Amino acid sequence: MIETRGLSKRFNDKKRGQIRAVDNVSFTCKPGQIYGLLGANGAGKTTTLRMLATILEPSDGTAVVCGHDVIEEPEKVRANVGFLSTATALYPRLTAQEMVEYFGQLNGIFGGELKKRVDEIFGRLDMNSFRDRRCDKLSTGMKQKTSIARTLIHDPQVMIFDEPTLGLDIMTARTIIEFIRECRQRGKTVIFSTHVMSEVEKLCDVIGIIHNGKLLAEGPLPQLRQEYSENDLEEIFVKVVGPHYAGAEA
Amino acid sequence: MNPQAVGIVYRKELTEWLRDRRTLISTVLVPLLLFPVLILGFTYLATNLIGKAQKEIPNIMIIGGEDSPKVVAALEKIETLKIVPYAADWKNQISEKTIRAAVEIPPGFQASLETNEEKTVTIYFYEGEIKSSFGAEHIEKSLKEYRDQVVKDRLAARNIATSVLTPFEIKQQNVAPPEKVSGATIGGFIGYLVILLCMTGAMYPAIDLTAGEKERGTMETILSSPVSRLDLVLGKFLLVLSAALATAVLSIFSMGISFAGMRHFNPPAQSGSSEAGALILQLGPKPVLFIFAMALPLAVFFAAALMTIALFAKTYKEAQSYLTPMTFVVIIPAVASLLPGVELTPKLALVPILSTSLVCKEIIAGTYHWSSIALIFLSTCLYAAIALFLAVKMFQREDVLFRS
Repeated sequence: MIETRGLSKRFNDKKRGQIRAVDNVSFTCKPGQIYGLLGANGAGKTTTLRMLATILEPSDGTAVVCGHDVIEEPEKVRANVGFLSTATALYPRLTAQEMVEYFGQLNGIFGGELKKRVDEIFGRLDMNSFRDRRCDKLSTGMKQKTSIARTLIHDPQVMIFDEPTLGLDIMTARTIIEFIRECRQRGKTVIFSTHVMSEVEKLCDVIGIIHNGKLLAEGPLPQLRQEYSENDLEEIFVKVVGPHYAGAEA
Repeated sequence: MNPQAVGIVYRKELTEWLRDRRTLISTVLVPLLLFPVLILGFTYLATNLIGKAQKEIPNIMIIGGEDSPKVVAALEKIETLKIVPYAADWKNQISEKTIRAAVEIPPGFQASLETNEEKTVTIYFYEGEIKSSFGAEHIEKSLKEYRDQVVKDRLAARNIATSVLTPFEIKQQNVAPPEKVSGATIGGFIGYLVILLCMTGAMYPAIDLTAGEKERGTMETILSSPVSRLDLVLGKFLLVLSAALATAVLSIFSMGISFAGMRHFNPPAQSGSSEAGALILQLGPKPVLFIFAMALPLAVFFAAALMTIALFAKTYKEAQSYLTPMTFVVIIPAVASLLPGVELTPKLALVPILSTSLVCKEIIAGTYHWSSIALIFLSTCLYAAIALFLAVKMFQREDVLFRS
């Protein structure tokens, strides 16, 4: 379960002064549900997800992840979260197995239990053929699988995906999409950011449209269709963001 | 702080570090090879070159002297010189190294000896050219002998004893033990090298574990794990410190081996002269242990300070451009300790790097000023603690970790 309450983040920029990257964002994401955060580049998606993963600290407001406050108990939040983005790379000089084991150990899993989990995940993701290969020698697909294994090793209840398919080829992107679906089936709370409409339509139970740091619209796709009298998600997005986009450009 | 988490981070960083060729070269290979190459290679080369130069019989030209056959004959008699016929381009020949030196005997020189008139004999040579200097030395020596003989003859003609010229003798006697002489001569240089290698050993892992991690995109990966930032920075810091210490230990070890090798080439029993004795350095376990103890807080300081600076950078290259000038910040105080007359004072004991370099010089010379050693150790520990505190603080700054 993820619950954000007035979540805000301000950055100081030398040229532009203070920037409100995320502005008073509140939403709830329930177990067994995929929440899709849809927005253009620079809308505030990554900052929101980084705050949920406690990589950044909110300037105002807060979020509760699996019953732990992101400001008060960031380490407990991270112990319950699996965070995956195209920016979360692998250690090039570790093997795929060492990489996954390292994150297992950091999550307090050791010895026989760690071995059991590594074997199970490597088997499930069909990774045994490259488990002893260094990460800098892996193909993009193998790297993505290793990243997935890294996020799964501690069996987190919450999965956060920040534009996980960005820059990936179709086959690798499909692996990720399948994995996100599987997370929902296993009852995990999933939050997912993207600017690819088709991915949102395929995957998300609830959609939040974010622009200039503000959550402008939220709800399941049928509800948004009804609310904005549009069938196509792209049209809905333009209707929601359009007026604010023009204002921002001016 | 969670020691287990620090240990996990440290072990992972160690595994990656041991697999990185770049850092292994700067931490292991350079200190292991630098001293033998520098000390043994230089000694061998210098001994060889000087020996060859000394063995050579230099070509010498006499300018003038037609009216002074006695002095010309005296010069021609010297077996270690080869007199070549006069040529007008003698200056050019010295520059071209065809002849090593030339001696100009002024007109009427021999006659002036009879009339007690003072004349000047000039020796021309190529300054800085060792073989030319040896040639000039040979000429000067034989001319001095000739002059002494003239003086003796003059005194004898007046029935005066030669002892009248030397009413008393003056003699210099060294009372410092050989290791102290060596310490004063090359002790500072050793401290300087240990400090410099300690820094270079820490530099590459410090960059790799901070800016390198940002550049590779693994910083966000590790920050999403439950490890606290304090445990993360401590694990990384311990690895950088290990690299700095490994470099220091290996450099001291390789230094010991090199000096042992040098003793083998140039045993003290055979050297005899004080100049050769000054090159002999005894590095027993006590000075080695003390140098290591003094280098320890400095290594902590380097590790933490370099990590703090490197973390500002977004890329490995940018970090290198920040840290390369830092080398000069380390070299300047370390070199200052090598300057003649720079000695350890309570004020200098508070200057980081310089104080450690100076105390290493004293330790190698066998002098242990306990109050200075304690002051330097504690002040460097304080600087190290401040640097470590800053490194931890820096890892908690989002604007540094996610600088764009």
